[in-house]
Amino acid sequence: MTSRSQARLGRVIALHLFLTPLALIWLFPLWMMVVFSTMPDNGIFSPGIELLPHDNFLDNVANLQRDTNFIGAIGISVSVAVTYTVLSVLLTSMAGWALARYEFHGKGAVVAIIFGTITLPYAVVLIPQFIMVARDFALANTWIALIVPPLFNSLGVLFMRQAFSMMPAELFDAARVEGVKEWRIFLFVALPLARPMLAALAIILFLASWNNYLWPLLINSQPGAMTAPVALGTLIGLTKVSWGGIMAGAVMLTVPMLIVFVLLQRHFIAGIAAGAVK
Amino acid sequence: MRTQNATAYRFLTPYLLIFAIFWIWPIISSFIISFQATRTVPWRFAPTFNWGRLIGDPAFYNALKNTLLILVIQVPVMIALAIVMAVLLNSPLLKARGLYRFAFFAPVVVGEVAYSAVFRLMFSLDFGIVNKLLESVGISKIDWFSNVTPAMALIMIAVTWRWAGYNAIIILAGLQSIPEDVYEAATLDRVSRVKQFFYITLPLLKPVIVFCAVLSIIGTMQLFTEPFLITERGGPGGGTETLGLLLYRQGFRSLNFGYASAVAYTMAGLAIAITLVQLWLMREPK
Repeated sequence: MTSRSQARLGRVIALHLFLTPLALIWLFPLWMMVVFSTMPDNGIFSPGIELLPHDNFLDNVANLQRDTNFIGAIGISVSVAVTYTVLSVLLTSMAGWALARYEFHGKGAVVAIIFGTITLPYAVVLIPQFIMVARDFALANTWIALIVPPLFNSLGVLFMRQAFSMMPAELFDAARVEGVKEWRIFLFVALPLARPMLAALAIILFLASWNNYLWPLLINSQPGAMTAPVALGTLIGLTKVSWGGIMAGAVMLTVPMLIVFVLLQRHFIAGIAAGAVK
Repeated sequence: MRTQNATAYRFLTPYLLIFAIFWIWPIISSFIISFQATRTVPWRFAPTFNWGRLIGDPAFYNALKNTLLILVIQVPVMIALAIVMAVLLNSPLLKARGLYRFAFFAPVVVGEVAYSAVFRLMFSLDFGIVNKLLESVGISKIDWFSNVTPAMALIMIAVTWRWAGYNAIIILAGLQSIPEDVYEAATLDRVSRVKQFFYITLPLLKPVIVFCAVLSIIGTMQLFTEPFLITERGGPGGGTETLGLLLYRQGFRSLNFGYASAVAYTMAGLAIAITLVQLWLMREPK
């Protein structure tokens, strides 16, 4: 009995001896992001090893704001991400509801096209989307350009279709017998029941919009129309730029998401894992 | 049935419109554009104009080679690491599980621009914390940005840091769906834990691992932001230029839409091939 519990103790120690250094290495870039964001530039570019935060964060924010209008860009990013999330959740849950709960002509074709094209790389649609939005619709550097084209994402459709098809049909049939209209059943019966899935989907979509880089870089390249990641990206590689400021910007982009992640970890993980478990 | 048709399409149409305009039509359109000469007005049909150029373009082969090199090295290393993370995070012996989960999963929420900036600063030649730490343990500093091999290594390190935890989340969900009694039976039969991992866990995880591999391959194949921001537009001298960067340069710097579309469809062709391999790997054993 003692030898077995000793063996168990040995395994516990070995596990933590391996995992702790790996976890510290994994946290290191995030920790250094915070440390750099609190250091003056002459501290970042000095020969010593600095691993603890200083007190220069607000000066760095001011430096960043001098280099680019980052606060304004944050405002655009927040508004776009919120609008995108609401619209995408609404559109994809409506479509998911139709695919899960009705029989109709063309259903098989719609599902086949969505599944059949889901592994195509996004790069394929980039050029026609750009030509269409910038040239044909003349919508470059507008909010519509940032919000509407990414709504094509079919992740939510598949996710909500799955969620709605797992609900027992009696729930909805009872309402139908009483003559409740279909859109009311969707809004007031189905959506409330799907709240955990809607939360997971909303978080994933918000994060995707908040961090989106390539499309906003292409379509909204004018200074006053840039999102926060694009504005920050324009500074990377410039010679006369405050790196403390860039790091302060990186912190402002990252730390709110980390807090949301800690608070809503369950939904986050459900959203990511849902892609795999079918 | 007629009423259900009408109701169904009322729910479906708003999404389908967006899906058709911004996904289906561009897929078709970029295929057509890849067969057009787009630097003359009006664009004209020229079937071999872009594809002919692509076949003889050293810049294309360089980008293709770099992309495949990253794929072949980075994706297996990352998937193996993600499996290790997931298995160890799932261990009943682990204390302070929440802290470890946070450490590995946190990069999932970090944006490409923010982490590219941090990696660029951490790895800089004279003042980067990584070189300082290497020197403090007696290893000479590495010029991560001026030589091709370290620059490629840096890109792979960065991508692995960002995505290993993401894959670990998916694999962990797969692990947790394996019924406990499989392991109990194996333990009763005195099958060692290492053997249990290789003969029970891995085979049962195969679908999830293949899924992660395909997702990662398709993601890495489009790699853009890291070589764009960390190694400064695919530097040194095109040493980290990827297909994603080539598409960006051709499409949006040179406004050569036809050629960029041919590059995009090369990526699509690779993605389709990989998806077919996945379907073949996942086929029901008869």
